[in-house]
Amino acid sequence: MLELRGLIDDIWDFIAGILTGLGLPQWAVELFGYAVLAVVMFGFVAVVVLFLIWWERKVSAKMQDRLGPMRVGWHGVIQTVADALKLLQKEDITPKAIDFPIHFWAPVITFVAAFMVYVTIPFGEGLIVSDLSVGILYIIAITTFTVIGLLMAGWGSNNKYSLLGGFRSAAQVISYEVPLTLALLGVIMIAQSLSLGTIVAQQSNLFKWYVWRQPLGFAIFWVAATAECNRTPFDLPEADSELVAGFVTEYSGMKFAMFFLAEFVNMFTASALAITLFFGGWMSPFGPDFGPSWMWFLGKTMFFVFVLMWFRWTYPRLRVDQLMGFAWKVLLPLAFLNILLTGIGIYIFD
Amino acid sequence: MSEFTAVAIFLLVGTGIVLFTFLLAKIIRPSVPDPVKLETYECGETPYGTAELQYNVRFYIYALLFVIFDVEAIFLFPWALVYRSLGLFAFIEMLIFIAILVFGLFYAWRKGVLKWF
Amino acid sequence: MSDIFLTNLTFYVLSFCVIAGGIFVVSSRNLFHSAVFLVFTLFAVAGIFVVLNAYLLAAVQVLIYVGAVAMLMIFGVMLTTQLTNVRLRHVNEQVLPALAVCLFFLGFLIYGLWDTPFEIARAAPPPDISYKIGTLLMTRYVLPFEVVSVLLLAALIGAVVIAKRDRS
Repeated sequence: MLELRGLIDDIWDFIAGILTGLGLPQWAVELFGYAVLAVVMFGFVAVVVLFLIWWERKVSAKMQDRLGPMRVGWHGVIQTVADALKLLQKEDITPKAIDFPIHFWAPVITFVAAFMVYVTIPFGEGLIVSDLSVGILYIIAITTFTVIGLLMAGWGSNNKYSLLGGFRSAAQVISYEVPLTLALLGVIMIAQSLSLGTIVAQQSNLFKWYVWRQPLGFAIFWVAATAECNRTPFDLPEADSELVAGFVTEYSGMKFAMFFLAEFVNMFTASALAITLFFGGWMSPFGPDFGPSWMWFLGKTMFFVFVLMWFRWTYPRLRVDQLMGFAWKVLLPLAFLNILLTGIGIYIFD
Repeated sequence: MSEFTAVAIFLLVGTGIVLFTFLLAKIIRPSVPDPVKLETYECGETPYGTAELQYNVRFYIYALLFVIFDVEAIFLFPWALVYRSLGLFAFIEMLIFIAILVFGLFYAWRKGVLKWF
Repeated sequence: MSDIFLTNLTFYVLSFCVIAGGIFVVSSRNLFHSAVFLVFTLFAVAGIFVVLNAYLLAAVQVLIYVGAVAMLMIFGVMLTTQLTNVRLRHVNEQVLPALAVCLFFLGFLIYGLWDTPFEIARAAPPPDISYKIGTLLMTRYVLPFEVVSVLLLAALIGAVVIAKRDRS
């Protein structure tokens, strides 16, 4: 099996070697190195999203006893590449009533916010761009820009459906943000660190996974993360029978594609965070050095992405009042209870 | 160089790539504007008024609640980091902190603010 | 050209963003644009915190100000009746009192800046600064920490009152 340990370091050394050879100073080498890593990461994210869209269609099809995409490539694997090329050629219809700068920047902000999280996601042993000391807080902070993007898209379109959809999504995302943030506190209390690299290193085998000590925390996190990604059963912003396409109603072509991409990127991020914080991240369950670390990361993450897809075809959509009530009346008290239990647990067992 | 250099570079490169794809699409896509096509979508009807309407206060209330609990969560982060090294005292401190806010939550609940309709 | 040059450059670029953003916030005639520029300004302030190696503060800045306060403003903006083309006269009719107040505060600020000894930290900030903040919050500043919760409770009750008044 291909071992990618230290791949980022290798890329780094390779670029640094060439640039230093050219006589560039240290700071330029460093900036350029990160720029190359950013482009590589963008490529990785793009490939993952193309795969996820195809996979989602396949899983949906299988669950409904259909075949799904079959024509383009083997079992339709490059169907999404074709779709992406199609979107690239689509006319960009920007209605004349829109607020142009707001309408234009909304998809950019939404996508870049989703992308910037990947700075500090540990993909494997040594496969992390920058292990930020405030990692978890950084991720929560950056993802709040998604809400700004939603509001901008909703307002900038000057369309009633967009406005309703955007505000509904924003209200939903902020409501579930609170229990999500509080659920993470349990993990931080045990790990005594905000850095994702350190948190993974502490879960070196199956028995040290934090999910065993934080079952309630994980449940709250996972439900809230599903809602944050606007996935069924919390996909009200995309309730097309009532809101047309919600905040993307007036978007077409590449701008629409950016919202679509960001949605799948967020899905992958939510799953990656779930496994990093609760299921040992890239660590193998059977102790260190058991198979390549990036395989464990991708395997576990893909499983949780699959769970999200499974949810979609299992649960019916909630009503809007149930949705908000659930966040504030069920998840939030449970999140407080989880902090309380964790506190007592640590006090007893430490 | 700080550990956040990567964040700054990711911000710039990410924005750059997105703008580049917009530019690429602009070069290869057709552009056939038409006054009817550029009309705001409203189920095929002529749009009625503008969407810049006064909005329901309900959303604002949820935003207010969010701000309050977000600030609270932020205060709990440094506490959670040091909890294990400080022990019982920190636990009681946090208990008082959370109890006061849980009281607020139940007050809002009882007053029917958390009801959507 | 070195690290210190880059740090300085970043600081000046960010400061420019903060000031320019702030000017757009107050001068834009579209309330929604003002709110978006406010987000930009506050994000640039977070950038300055990063330059100062205050990572925890930077994250908190984005989370609270961009994520919560600015968003609250956008929601608040939606409650106003007229959003665009606000026909406000950008003229102050009380020039002299305004000038006096401005000069007073300017003098106050200059005095404050002049009088503060800005010590230059010779050593890099400790890597475990988040722990230090946590420990201080739990020991020395434990009373303010508890008072914050009472303040938040007051805000919560205020929100409830607003909501009740609207409903009846």
